[in-house]
Amino acid sequence: MNKTKSLASAVLATTLTAGMSLGAHAAAGDPVKIGVMLPFSGIYAQLGEAGRDGLKLALKENAANLHGADIEFIELDTEAKPSRAPELASSLLNQHEADFIIGPVHSGVAMGMIKMLRGKDTVMIIPNAGAAAATGPLCSPNMFRTSFSSWQPSYPMGKVALEKGYKKVYAISWNYGMGRESLDAFEESFTAGGGEIVEKVLLPFPSTNFQSHVSSIADTNPDAVFTFFAGGGAIKFVKDYDAMGLRGKIPLLGSGFLTEGTLKAQGEAAEGVMTGLHYAEQLDVPKNREFREAFNTEYGHYPDIYAVQGYDAGQAIANTIDQLKGDISDKQAVISTMEKLTIDSPRGEFTFSKAHNPIQNVYLREVKDGVNVVQSIAAEALEDPARGCKL
Amino acid sequence: MSTELFFVQLINGLQYGLLLFLIASGLTLVFGVMGILNLAHGSMYMVGAYLVWYFVAVTGSFTVSAILSAVIALGLGILIERVLIQRLYNRNHLDQVLLTIGMIFVFNSLQSILWGNDPYGVAVPDALSGSVPFTDNSSYPVYRIFAAFICIAIAAALYFVVSKTRLGMLIRAGESNREMVEALGVNIKSLYTIVFAIGVMLAAVSGIIAAPMRSIVPGMGESVLITCFVVVVIGGMGSIKGAFVGALLVGVISTFAAVLMPTMSNMIIYIFMILVLLVKPQGLFAK
Repeated sequence: MNKTKSLASAVLATTLTAGMSLGAHAAAGDPVKIGVMLPFSGIYAQLGEAGRDGLKLALKENAANLHGADIEFIELDTEAKPSRAPELASSLLNQHEADFIIGPVHSGVAMGMIKMLRGKDTVMIIPNAGAAAATGPLCSPNMFRTSFSSWQPSYPMGKVALEKGYKKVYAISWNYGMGRESLDAFEESFTAGGGEIVEKVLLPFPSTNFQSHVSSIADTNPDAVFTFFAGGGAIKFVKDYDAMGLRGKIPLLGSGFLTEGTLKAQGEAAEGVMTGLHYAEQLDVPKNREFREAFNTEYGHYPDIYAVQGYDAGQAIANTIDQLKGDISDKQAVISTMEKLTIDSPRGEFTFSKAHNPIQNVYLREVKDGVNVVQSIAAEALEDPARGCKL
Repeated sequence: MSTELFFVQLINGLQYGLLLFLIASGLTLVFGVMGILNLAHGSMYMVGAYLVWYFVAVTGSFTVSAILSAVIALGLGILIERVLIQRLYNRNHLDQVLLTIGMIFVFNSLQSILWGNDPYGVAVPDALSGSVPFTDNSSYPVYRIFAAFICIAIAAALYFVVSKTRLGMLIRAGESNREMVEALGVNIKSLYTIVFAIGVMLAAVSGIIAAPMRSIVPGMGESVLITCFVVVVIGGMGSIKGAFVGALLVGVISTFAAVLMPTMSNMIIYIFMILVLLVKPQGLFAK
């Protein structure tokens, strides 16, 4: 059925050379379906909601540029459970015949979605999950990412550590994709510059029993500590680190998620923590200020990085529809248009790499008075190496 | 591992174990006296943590918030026992499990509706925010020492109530023969209400005490529930002494496991539980 329909629209588009108004007409009868696969319940619910709100804001702001295309959202709750991912993705693909599928937050869910969607016509945009494989060995023409690869926030931190004169670093994270990949990326640049990882500890996910490890860190006495933790784990680790008296003695570095959305809960314990990320809420970019105010007007609170990534997924869709003058029936055209876009993101402009991952700045931030303050650009226009991707 | 680090980790383990005991004590008390397997026990821990976070944000005082939260938890316990649990005394364990699992979902949804899904933290109260010098590099936070002493004090109070007071006598009598206690003219209904409410309050109090040390996140109740069951099963279902010994063992073992073989650390306490059950199928201090 999908095929017949796209064939019909293709015929329509080629035989009637009317362009804009006709494209708009065709679109009006046949809304653009955006499938949203995000967690709206469970531990990542907040992230899912932020991503969706950002997505909707972008399409609302761009309503005038859609050439009359109606947008229809189909929202499915992944609950951040990888086991549900293939079934939900399949339903969006076959039953709802979505034109775009946005999701997910969790890398495990991403794997399940990729299994269903890889190589299909429907464009998949990942608004968060950082799994390296998505733009690595499993990359595919129809898969895009508006967030980051796990490698991106951590790799520049190795150089940052060397510049600060740290020679021996203790690395600790959870033993799952994002955790391992973050530590590996840090190690890659840090050891290449002559640094030494004195200990690398991987804890079972999602264990937050950190106190004993913090004691071990004190005993090892490294020059600095590098870590990836997020959400509740990030709060607990930073608090334990402070409680055991290590803050101010052994610098704490991390992938940016250590201090994203957690600063209020971490309080004073987070002061001085240095992290790398492709965004900071106070980033001094006009588009960021504009976006933050627009988001606050719409939803009554200020956006976080997850909202930014969802917003950029929405911008990618809106810009593609705009450039194709409302006619998205030719999926090859959709893909080739999208991969050439320059997204005017609140994080600063970015483009897509060959593997469809953002080529973006990574900022070095330091927590001061409860805010991630940008210190410098740790890496400019950083492109994920996309190891194993043959695009 | 140096001797110094060994003792540091031992203290970490004992401190963790004491908190585990506080959480597990309510679970084992309710099971021992009433034969009720309360799977929603972890949810009560979560409720305690969220309540204290909420009241600290409103009142600014940790002490006031802790007392308010504990009292509310006690009331909640009475309400749940009167409205729900009371109907299950004559049913089998499966029905109890169904009800209390259902309660987990209800409490998780309430948490999400009332307080949202952001992770929260509670600041350590000012009076206890200091730390004492510990090793060359680290210090030990006063609050964590204080929390350990609170756990010991509650353990002692529980021991005293159960073994030395009239209420404790009734509790012990109710454990061994419910009908006989009833026949002697004791209002077993209100006794059960009291015991259940105390169980809920113990869980909530552990959540309150843990709040400044841990992160307050959705799902925090379930993660603690499983460890709690391991503690109770190792100690012997229904035995408070067993819960105390079991909690300290689990605390120390999991701490050392975490340091010595981090990737396997989650497994170690279950392996330990299996070993205990092989030797003592009813747990260490089964009745």
